[in-house]
Amino acid sequence: MTTQAVLQEAASSNLVREQENTLKRGSRKRVGGKPNGKKSIGMFLCILPFLVLIFVFSYLPLYGWIFSLYDYQPALGLQGSAFVGFQWFEMLVSSPTQMAQILQVLANTLAMSFLGIATSILPLIFAVFLNEVKAPWFRNIVQTLTTLPNFISWVLVYMIAFSLFSSSGLVNSVLTDSGIITTPVKFLDSGDHVWITMLLWSLWKGLGWGAIIYLAAITGIDPALYESARIDGAGRFQLMRFITIPQLMPTYVVLLMLSVANLLNNGMDQYYVFQNAFNMQHIQVLDLYVYNVGLTGNNLSLATAIGMLKSLISVILLLTVNLIAKRARGTSII
Amino acid sequence: MAIATDARPQRTTTVPRRKRVRRTKGQKAFAVFNYAMFAIFALICAYPFYYLIINSVSANNLSALGDVRFWPIGFHLSNYGQVFQLQGLTLATAVSVARTVLGTAGTVLVSAFLGFMFTQERMWGRAFWYRFTVITMYFSAGLIPVFLIIKGLGLTNNFWVYVIPYLVQPFNIILVKTFVESMPRSLQEAAEIDGANILQVFFRVYLPNMTPILATVAIFSAVAQWNMFQDTLIYITDQSLYTLQYLLYMFINQANSLATAAQNAAGGSLSSIASAATSQTSTSIQMTVAVVVVLPIIFIYPLFQRFFVKGIMLGAVKG
Repeated sequence: MTTQAVLQEAASSNLVREQENTLKRGSRKRVGGKPNGKKSIGMFLCILPFLVLIFVFSYLPLYGWIFSLYDYQPALGLQGSAFVGFQWFEMLVSSPTQMAQILQVLANTLAMSFLGIATSILPLIFAVFLNEVKAPWFRNIVQTLTTLPNFISWVLVYMIAFSLFSSSGLVNSVLTDSGIITTPVKFLDSGDHVWITMLLWSLWKGLGWGAIIYLAAITGIDPALYESARIDGAGRFQLMRFITIPQLMPTYVVLLMLSVANLLNNGMDQYYVFQNAFNMQHIQVLDLYVYNVGLTGNNLSLATAIGMLKSLISVILLLTVNLIAKRARGTSII
Repeated sequence: MAIATDARPQRTTTVPRRKRVRRTKGQKAFAVFNYAMFAIFALICAYPFYYLIINSVSANNLSALGDVRFWPIGFHLSNYGQVFQLQGLTLATAVSVARTVLGTAGTVLVSAFLGFMFTQERMWGRAFWYRFTVITMYFSAGLIPVFLIIKGLGLTNNFWVYVIPYLVQPFNIILVKTFVESMPRSLQEAAEIDGANILQVFFRVYLPNMTPILATVAIFSAVAQWNMFQDTLIYITDQSLYTLQYLLYMFINQANSLATAAQNAAGGSLSSIASAATSQTSTSIQMTVAVVVVLPIIFIYPLFQRFFVKGIMLGAVKG
């Protein structure tokens, strides 16, 4: 589970609360505000500069989608660039080489996302089992050490990968010394098993932190549930299986739905730092592809077109997932 | 330090205290297995950090071969003196520190202010503007349009690109707003009866009482700022604005030119008598810089762990 998802989950339940608060407040007149409803423009002016910032950095870029309809050349400006209509979008599906490339990128994106979703139960299991560790000092040490990797950058993760797995790194050195291999294994400069190694690195970085939210949820479980189950003769494993895990399921489902909504948003940091000529084919996810096409390859218009499709599909996914959540659980997740 | 995760119920007097049942063999085996698994995973998480640290203080000719595995061999600290003679490293450290301090202070203040203001029902269009702010968490125009806007604003190759775009963080605003809503309204009423205007209410009354939530916001954004790498990659080409993270990334990928740079940096008085153990290799530079980058996190994290945990727990538990 990525931190982002966890944070989003935190944010979303806050939003739900906000809606509830609004409802509550609607029913009883609030003290601080003047009930007779004279709205303060002055207060609005206080926050206006920040609303402008939000507009500039989050809304104004939407206008930039227009670049996808031009053959945008930065030197000429938008006026000087040729209007090409939907040429870039057509090119995505008409040119076979482009098509093959985009399909590979989509395969990478979906594969990494699905691997992430398939392993999204691990933080929950981690938390449930850590909860069975009864020595507080041990639990604290484990928690501190396993959450630490979440707080370093992907550059540092790559540095660690490099120092352990490069051809003169620790692992190769140990394997050579023990006579298992004679030539260094190229762990990093290799196009094999890229999806799996990327998954393992993101698990190394995020597993301990992902468990925190479940550990917090466990402390929120009503002790009476355990007590009554124990009176009924439930053993330790039965408590885990019939109380703890079912109680954590709502949290898990929300996070799962959010990761489905983020199917196309893998981010680019991890893949950017690990990419090289050997693994390029299997590591390029959509976010990285947009960067490589737009800023490395200097085709701003094509990159905008791809990014735009990605954004639209992501929003549709999010709204769909949210709708399902509303139907199934009665509360929305955004 | 860490959150209490013990879910065992408090015993009540109405429930007769059961004698602790002796653990069965299965349970014992499970406990051993459980402890062992966590010990192994914790080791896997921690060892790489240890590995970097011991290598940065070991004989450089050994660390380059991956021969320093358990403890430092040929202990020396000269790497730390020498990396800071590398071109750009001191400056990059200054840039990283500056963006972390300014970026954190900025987003803390802005989040506090907006979080507070969005609780003010008198504000014109409060609900609308709040939605306008929060909804930006759920969509993005994409990399290139944002890049073009930033470029259009003249923020490329500009230090402020590290600060300004991060000032307004909807998530932090939600955290602060929820916190303010839990504070007693009478604080504001009392101040207003005494004639305070809304800014005075914020700065004199609310801001000083928000420290718990602001500490959480600060610690999260400080870590994010310190670790940020993508923005240098996208918006910066001017070498004097490189951050430590970016410099480390370049050092990893330019092992060869790095060795040359090291020779040049050491080209001063002592280089002729530098032994193989202390003369710089690309590995020693990479490891030492990596430790410089990671050390603040290692020191800060255990001290502030409870803030991180609180940040995630705020509102996140209900599911």
